[in-house]
Amino acid sequence: MSDYRIKGETGEWEVVIGLEVHAQVTSNAKLFSGAATAFGAEPNTQVSLVDAAMPGMLPVPNRECIRQAVRTGMAIEAQINKWSRFDRKNYFYADLPQGYQISQLYHPLVGEGSLHIEADEKAGIAADKVIGIERIHVEQDAGKLMHDQHPTMSYVDLNRSGVALMEIVSKPDMRSPAEAGAYVRKLRSILRYVGSCDGNMEEGSMRADVNVSVRKPGDPFGTRTETKNVNSVRFVMQTIEYEAKRQVELLESGGTVDQETRLFNPDTGTTRTMRSKEDAHDYRYFPDPDLLPLELDDAFLAECRESLPELPDAKRARYEAAGISAYNAGVLTAEVESARWFDALLETGAEPKAAANWVTSELFGALNRLGKDIADCPVTPAQAGELLGLVADGTISGSIAKQVFEIMLETGDGAAAIVEREGLKQTSDTGAIEAVIAEVLAKNPGQLEQYRGGKEALFGFFVGQTMKAMQGKANPQVVNELLKKALG
Amino acid sequence: MTDLTNLTVAQIRDGHRAGDFSAVEVAEAFSANVAGAKALNAFIVETPDHALAAAKAADADRAAGTLKPLSGVPIGMKDLFCTNGVQTTAASHMLEGFVPRYESTVSQKLWDAGAGMLGKLNLDQFAMGSSNETSYFGNVISPWKRNDGGPNLKERAALAPGGSSGGSSAAIAARLCPAATGTDTGGSIRQPAAFTGISGIKPTYGRCSRWGIVAFASSLDQAGPMARTVQDCAILLENMAGFDPKDATSLDMAVPNWEAALSSDLAGKTVGIPREYRLKGIDPDIDAMWDAGIAMLKDAGAEVVEISLPHTKYALPAYYIIAPAEASSNLARYDGVRYGLRDLPQGAGLQDMYAATRADGFGPEVKRRIMIGTYVLSAGFYDAYYTQAQKVRTLISRDFTAAFGTCDVILAPTAPSAAFGLGEKTSDPLAMYLNDVFAVPASLAGLPAMSVPAALNREGLPLGLQIIGKAFDEQGVLNAGLAIEERAGFTARAEKWW
Repeated sequence: MSDYRIKGETGEWEVVIGLEVHAQVTSNAKLFSGAATAFGAEPNTQVSLVDAAMPGMLPVPNRECIRQAVRTGMAIEAQINKWSRFDRKNYFYADLPQGYQISQLYHPLVGEGSLHIEADEKAGIAADKVIGIERIHVEQDAGKLMHDQHPTMSYVDLNRSGVALMEIVSKPDMRSPAEAGAYVRKLRSILRYVGSCDGNMEEGSMRADVNVSVRKPGDPFGTRTETKNVNSVRFVMQTIEYEAKRQVELLESGGTVDQETRLFNPDTGTTRTMRSKEDAHDYRYFPDPDLLPLELDDAFLAECRESLPELPDAKRARYEAAGISAYNAGVLTAEVESARWFDALLETGAEPKAAANWVTSELFGALNRLGKDIADCPVTPAQAGELLGLVADGTISGSIAKQVFEIMLETGDGAAAIVEREGLKQTSDTGAIEAVIAEVLAKNPGQLEQYRGGKEALFGFFVGQTMKAMQGKANPQVVNELLKKALG
Repeated sequence: MTDLTNLTVAQIRDGHRAGDFSAVEVAEAFSANVAGAKALNAFIVETPDHALAAAKAADADRAAGTLKPLSGVPIGMKDLFCTNGVQTTAASHMLEGFVPRYESTVSQKLWDAGAGMLGKLNLDQFAMGSSNETSYFGNVISPWKRNDGGPNLKERAALAPGGSSGGSSAAIAARLCPAATGTDTGGSIRQPAAFTGISGIKPTYGRCSRWGIVAFASSLDQAGPMARTVQDCAILLENMAGFDPKDATSLDMAVPNWEAALSSDLAGKTVGIPREYRLKGIDPDIDAMWDAGIAMLKDAGAEVVEISLPHTKYALPAYYIIAPAEASSNLARYDGVRYGLRDLPQGAGLQDMYAATRADGFGPEVKRRIMIGTYVLSAGFYDAYYTQAQKVRTLISRDFTAAFGTCDVILAPTAPSAAFGLGEKTSDPLAMYLNDVFAVPASLAGLPAMSVPAALNREGLPLGLQIIGKAFDEQGVLNAGLAIEERAGFTARAEKWW
């Protein structure tokens, strides 16, 4: 597979991408106030005096938000800074009550780390790749303006004001929209494993600022643009495709790329200028004098580390070592809920490879059909374990298992009970099977002749006929053996 | 019957406890003085009902035997402290009419201790000023007059009560309240105390919670008491200080029993006299007072040594970078969006509203400091100003640390002059800023420091001596202050003309 290139009139161009992902920290309370953080609450009901920046109010860091950011840093194997500090980013806007955002410019909580994305031929990622992460810092979110409530006024909702965000800044290590997509998906997966962000891009819990520049391969970095607040993987990829193409056309027509902030329009898949470098704010960053530097002790760090779950890469490796195909291992570990469900299934003693096949085909197929997430799967891992156990010990065949599973989905009953009630237990009774085989051979003299004449592929035909005659309840292994004997 | 308004906090507390008078009588006597002193303009809002309610509760508590530390004591509250249900303005047009629905930690502690509130005291707007002339509600006039202006006191030049806690200082000096809260960012408790012949202490940074105090410069702002005696300051401070989980810079330390440990016996203590505080061309009365103070502390048993605080001359410039920088950011919240003044011209957009509101809502001194602060934090200037000023701040702290290797407290004048006339310095901000020259270093270092009245100058105006202590050693500061108080015998008071 070749590298991703934009073909211009003057030759091929390489795209250079860096992402700043803003991830809302999962926490019951905001970063510096005790206010709640429920999504979708009535406007201005999740607002404390601190969030509204009333006179004399002071921020106090929320330990849980810091803990979540540290755990996230550990999950990307990053440097955790035991000494960090909050800075004020000053600007005026109606959704920013304090007139400044408390962020971390000079001394972020988390330093350099990295994230692995896997090769994906179909998506155009030739090989596994490590994407560098520059830093993670924590900061306050702003409120929200509503412009459609009044003909001449805008309304302000401060529910989100002060909610904790992690800004996860990658290095400019990505070279294609596909890599950027894989990066966001992987990052989202890790955040959800760690439990530090719900990764819900529709609700704005995760959004990305997309930095894009282009260059001729081997040249130094070109001038980048930053497209703000892109809120889905698809839009991130579209932004990059559009920006890269726009920049190449601009450069090839003799123009220059302005270092500017842009906005993505999801309806058209295009970006437009939000503000140019000349209009860039002077944020007048300085250390927040209301807050002391954040100092983390070893006990706190140890607790953070011990509380980390098994992460996707490790889980994937464990699955593959247990004989599960690389593809299935990837599918099973992509979402933390699937992986948790699957782990619970393995704990029932299910054979990993068979269980993985069953989950990725039967279970996911059924969920897809029902339009449900694994989180609200009608069948528990324990129930699934019981079903797979019946297959493994020969009580039912694979095809009967499918029937039983359908009944389980409908009724919620246990597999063994269904098999018992419906009389689906498979038979290994050689006498009965031999009788049916004799019947099948008698009914199909032509096929029998052809088989004996050397057309051995017809063996499957006889197996099928026998199974059909026995309504699928015959033990396939026994059928095979007896058929071979009969045809011998 | 004695004039209850001449009593100190300790005397009111003890007299009330002993049944010599009721708390209601005390509250009514002070409220009457407040009502009769409009000419001083010390209060922005008078709250006799608050004082009376607390007094009634105090009398009931006495009957029930459940007296609290400040039962029966009415006080003044600087209008920088947010008070639940009572207008809080920071002496600004911006917050005119703003009534908080919350109570600052410090004021709540005082109410919990049984104190009542006589009113909200005037101050320099957002605590920025040294003369009280930046208040939107008009300047406070000091009760003091020079002794050289002819027989009619009222007609003599009006003097500044100091700032920013000038309402507090004037009200105490004029017996409108026995004590008041102040806040000190770069001398705002000590300088007005010195100008009006009263005492005031700025504790170690972090002793008093800043929660609910309208912020000026967060890394410097500290609340503290102002009163007529050192003992009263100790009593008040005990009931203002304490760890507050709502203030991340609050000190998580027990509050000592400062009053009980008061002692003016300084045997074994060493007092440092900073060489760099001897300013050329300073009013000779100031130096004379300082020398007298040195003699008093020697008399109290202390050894006196000369010390050096080599970076003193950089303190004022550093302060006037750091404080405005923080202020420029702290005051960004006054934007007309959620509370306070909103000036929305016809057809105006958001930016127009910001501009109109802030142009109208802030006075010239506040604007000057916001401009300075915005400038020093700007890209390209940040390192040259803010970073450099922070380095200076560190060096000043080290100066003190080194000095405290050889002494226990430091003695210096509080201000370089006695009270000046209103209007004398308003046209020259730098001359005004120089008022803080002796006060600012302790603020930058976060150290406890107090002013006690030490003498009258040739014009009959009070002068204050400043004692600076080690971090957390308010006791050492108070004890040295007490030694001066006992020996200075400062009993002068402003003759009533209002």
